[in-house]
Amino acid sequence: MAVYKLKTPISEEDVRKLKVNDVLYVTGTMVTARDSAHNRALGFFKEGKKLPIDLQGLAIFHCGPIVKREDEKWIIIAAGPTTSTRMDIFEDEFIKNFEARVIIGKGGMGKRTTDAMKKYGAVYGAFTGGAAILASNAIKEVKRVEWFDLGMPEALWILEVEDFGPLVVAIDTHGNNLFEEVQKKTEEARPRIYEKLGISTK
Amino acid sequence: MDIRNVVENVAVELLRQAVTKLPQDVKEALQRAYREEESETGKTQLKAILDNVELAEKTCKPMCQDTGVTIFYVKAGAQAKDLDKIEDALRNATKRATKEVPLRPNAVDPFTRKNTGDNTGRFVPFINWEIVPGNDVEITAFPKGGGSENVCVTGMLVPGEGIMGLKRFVIDAVMKAGAKPCPPNILGVAIGGGTDIAMKLAKAALLRPINQPNPNPEIAKLERELYEAANMTGIGPMGLGGRVTVLGVNVEYAHRHPASFPAAVAFQCWAARRATARIHSDGTVEYLTYKVR
Repeated sequence: MAVYKLKTPISEEDVRKLKVNDVLYVTGTMVTARDSAHNRALGFFKEGKKLPIDLQGLAIFHCGPIVKREDEKWIIIAAGPTTSTRMDIFEDEFIKNFEARVIIGKGGMGKRTTDAMKKYGAVYGAFTGGAAILASNAIKEVKRVEWFDLGMPEALWILEVEDFGPLVVAIDTHGNNLFEEVQKKTEEARPRIYEKLGISTK
Repeated sequence: MDIRNVVENVAVELLRQAVTKLPQDVKEALQRAYREEESETGKTQLKAILDNVELAEKTCKPMCQDTGVTIFYVKAGAQAKDLDKIEDALRNATKRATKEVPLRPNAVDPFTRKNTGDNTGRFVPFINWEIVPGNDVEITAFPKGGGSENVCVTGMLVPGEGIMGLKRFVIDAVMKAGAKPCPPNILGVAIGGGTDIAMKLAKAALLRPINQPNPNPEIAKLERELYEAANMTGIGPMGLGGRVTVLGVNVEYAHRHPASFPAAVAFQCWAARRATARIHSDGTVEYLTYKVR
């Protein structure tokens, strides 16, 4: 378990060094994107339209924050991660097309994303679910917001972050997926648990 | 006294308390989990959770950005006046709390996908009513996050399998949920009644502090057994592997139809938020979960 600190723009070479269970802190530009934003971004790509921000080398955060407007400025109140599996149907194309290098969320992602991360060079960093104040403390500034018509949780919030973490590298570029490893071990424990509870498997 | 004002002010305060603090029983369980967790990665998660809870309480900010769908439990004294005004007051309180705390607007029209922006809508906030003797009104705010809600399950089990079938149903649900409901979780488990009644009881079971076992010793034993079994799965904090997958299991039951065995598991994330207050007929207020300065 090594600790890494990376600054955006993050290179493919940088993320290829990381392995599952490593701890990562990100400094620089991070953009929030949930289901609707992923969907629209891929639609833009298909139509050859430019995104409101170039995502190459940046960190993407699966997050629908609580944001408050104070004197013409946006203030992040709470910004923990949302469940990443919902973005599984978009993420492989997203990584391929936009070359974001660190995807941050909670709960892990599936095989499609794991394969894309290996192929195109990106990692998944798990941030503690619900730890919204820790997260917002690492967010130094809201640079701007795009696609606000999608609603506060779904908009693209473009954020300046400092040592955003701790992120546990849960999918690396070598095809390892920590969540799948845990699931495998859990499955192996099932007969033992059934036996303890006196559950028949017939 | 205008009950509308009192209820509204109390409910805003309850929502604020609920999203910014954790009840003592939950906090203690998280601290114990941190001491007992053996996985290094699991420990980093519990440390982040504990630090986050402390920061949220200190800065009076919501500990999680998902401030949930707003649910109230109201125990209305049969002799209390103006009970018909309470629903309106709770709706207004939800709107105010959304601005003042603030809460994340989480009420979306399923057809148009439009977010109402103020956490109110059709059947939202949802109010669970109970008529009790006396003239007090007791209100509990119970904001329920989406991540843990998404893995709640009901099932119609085989009556012939009895409690063994229930044990399998619960453990299978925990394994299937994995990392999704932000473990360590609290499980509300209920059997009997019907599908709707089982889930209603399972959710209400989450309101009982986890250091209070069911008063029926047989059920308390089942709670303990399910707790130990869930913590053998290895799912661990945030599903990253480890010992502590659940903080507690609360079981409730209703009698059942001879041919039916309804069961429900309600998952609660570690941010097990709840706050209760009692309003007396003279308008004085007693906060029961947290002291008010």
